[in-house]
Amino acid sequence: MTDTSAAGTGAEPLRVARLRPGALVAGLVAVLGAMVIGMALGPVDIAPKLIVYELLDDLPLIELDSGLSAQRVAIIEQIRLPRVVLGFLVGATLSVSGAAYQGAFRNPLADPYLLGIAAGAGLGATVAITQDWGDGGGFTDPVPLAAFAGALLAVVLSYTAGHVGGRSTASLILAGVAVASFLTAAQTYVLQANSDAFREVYAWILGRIATSGWSEVVLMVPYFLLAAGIVFRYRRALDVLAVGDEEAQALGLEPRKIRMIVVLAASLGAAAAVSVSGLIGFVGIIVPHAVRLAFGASHRVLIPLSLLFGGAFMVLADLVARTIVEPAELPIGVVTAFLGAPFFVLVLRTSRRSVW
Amino acid sequence: MSIISISGLTVDLGNQRILDGVDLNIDAGEWITIIGPNGAGKTTMLRSLLGTVEHAGTIELDGTRPTKPIERARRLAYVPQSPVIPGGMLVGDYVLLGRTPHRGVFGRDSDTDCNIAMDVLTRLDLADFTMREVGSLSGGERQRVVLARALAQQADIVLLDEPTTALDLGHQQDVLDLVESLRRDRGLTVVATLHDLTLAARYGDRIAVLSGGRIVETGPPSAVLTAATIAEHFGATVRIIDDPDGPVIVPTTGGPS
Repeated sequence: MTDTSAAGTGAEPLRVARLRPGALVAGLVAVLGAMVIGMALGPVDIAPKLIVYELLDDLPLIELDSGLSAQRVAIIEQIRLPRVVLGFLVGATLSVSGAAYQGAFRNPLADPYLLGIAAGAGLGATVAITQDWGDGGGFTDPVPLAAFAGALLAVVLSYTAGHVGGRSTASLILAGVAVASFLTAAQTYVLQANSDAFREVYAWILGRIATSGWSEVVLMVPYFLLAAGIVFRYRRALDVLAVGDEEAQALGLEPRKIRMIVVLAASLGAAAAVSVSGLIGFVGIIVPHAVRLAFGASHRVLIPLSLLFGGAFMVLADLVARTIVEPAELPIGVVTAFLGAPFFVLVLRTSRRSVW
Repeated sequence: MSIISISGLTVDLGNQRILDGVDLNIDAGEWITIIGPNGAGKTTMLRSLLGTVEHAGTIELDGTRPTKPIERARRLAYVPQSPVIPGGMLVGDYVLLGRTPHRGVFGRDSDTDCNIAMDVLTRLDLADFTMREVGSLSGGERQRVVLARALAQQADIVLLDEPTTALDLGHQQDVLDLVESLRRDRGLTVVATLHDLTLAARYGDRIAVLSGGRIVETGPPSAVLTAATIAEHFGATVRIIDDPDGPVIVPTTGGPS
């Protein structure tokens, strides 16, 4: 046994899990790179350098002449920039929500749609589309609003039902399964009764990052900030929850309360993401797991990096979705799975970490 | 005054009464070992102290009743019987979890927290393990790491639930000797549960027998660990050999006639 008086003095300081600058820079480079490429490519190709000039010129105190025509400036600022920003917001929100769910439920298979959000949003959107509730676009577009309402309804139902059968996380997950089945059945019924809307509903379900100017971005930003902000604030608490509820409580936390706050914040974010983009699967599972395998399982690292890499991944997926079969668009959910699955298998096979 | 006063502690799990009016006072700085047959409620009693099971009756620490988990966690550190080992977590980060009651839900680990964790790791001969994953350690190393987390909590009471399960004899001694030396150095109060009665007799000042949901006997090991008591509460026939270090409990073959 070592002498206690000498303990700690002269020893190496403890290295703790935290976001290393290198990883943060890698994430930021991925986001900016994906956004510039996302804006450069399309029916009209624009040199990335000129896009950077043009955007820097918009900042205060910076004067730069990109030499682009007014038409191209409009393409960048009114069509492509809002689209890449929305893609980033949706990808970042879904990834952070997924990471939060996985941490809060201590379950690697938890995804942002766990509590029936997908089914609820699907029902809401299906009702709005089949009932032809007008198409105002932006704030007044009934499809995202109905999807958002449906998603929140699902979360409330799951939470209410899950607390009846006990207070374990498993009962909440099972309640989510029941609520999802019920709402999916309701959605199928509505759709069968209005089969002429099949194509439109199907296209919505497969997901797309489509914008009409900046209105969807404006719609999404507050939910993104709220969800990401709350989950980020609880990142250390999520690390403590990794030892289970009993030990977390013995360490002075209130696990049930923390889980409820984190899950509701993540659900709100996921519901907003679904309402503007449809059901984009895979991102909320694959991005957090890839980050864990590459950078470690601590939520102090996982939450910020999931946000950045999730956003970058979605911008790139959207780029592929809208360019690979021009002038048509692939549903983005197809692209995220098609690119994401092989990439994830690669990470899974090359990583030496054991994160669960 | 007692550091822990338990009176009328009653716990129902489902329809079953696990603890039925437990009364026990524990003095500051003492080591008390709770023994009892399987299912007697030893773990439930520790959980009641932690506030992780609902209970009736009163539990006071220094005459006050803590209500919030964080208040309890500053006084009581817990080493569970089968701790949850989080995947991918490094030993250093795991031990730092013990600082949670001091930094709260949102606070970050200060230099002081890191120094305390490093101190404990050094004291437990784990300084070279900080960058290892907890999941990759052997049973004995893991037990020391869990103990390190509890000590990093700097609580004055340590609850040990079967700390020697799954350890070989040498490691059992190591862990218990370590707890004993820490108790002396830091004036800790130790509340442990142990299955091995001979081991229980060798460590600690006092033994409490929990049976049928109540504390049926307390006292020094040599007074409590008699063949009659063990036959009554454990249903075992044993021979007691007096040894200078405490009674040795030897099972006799044949069972009760």
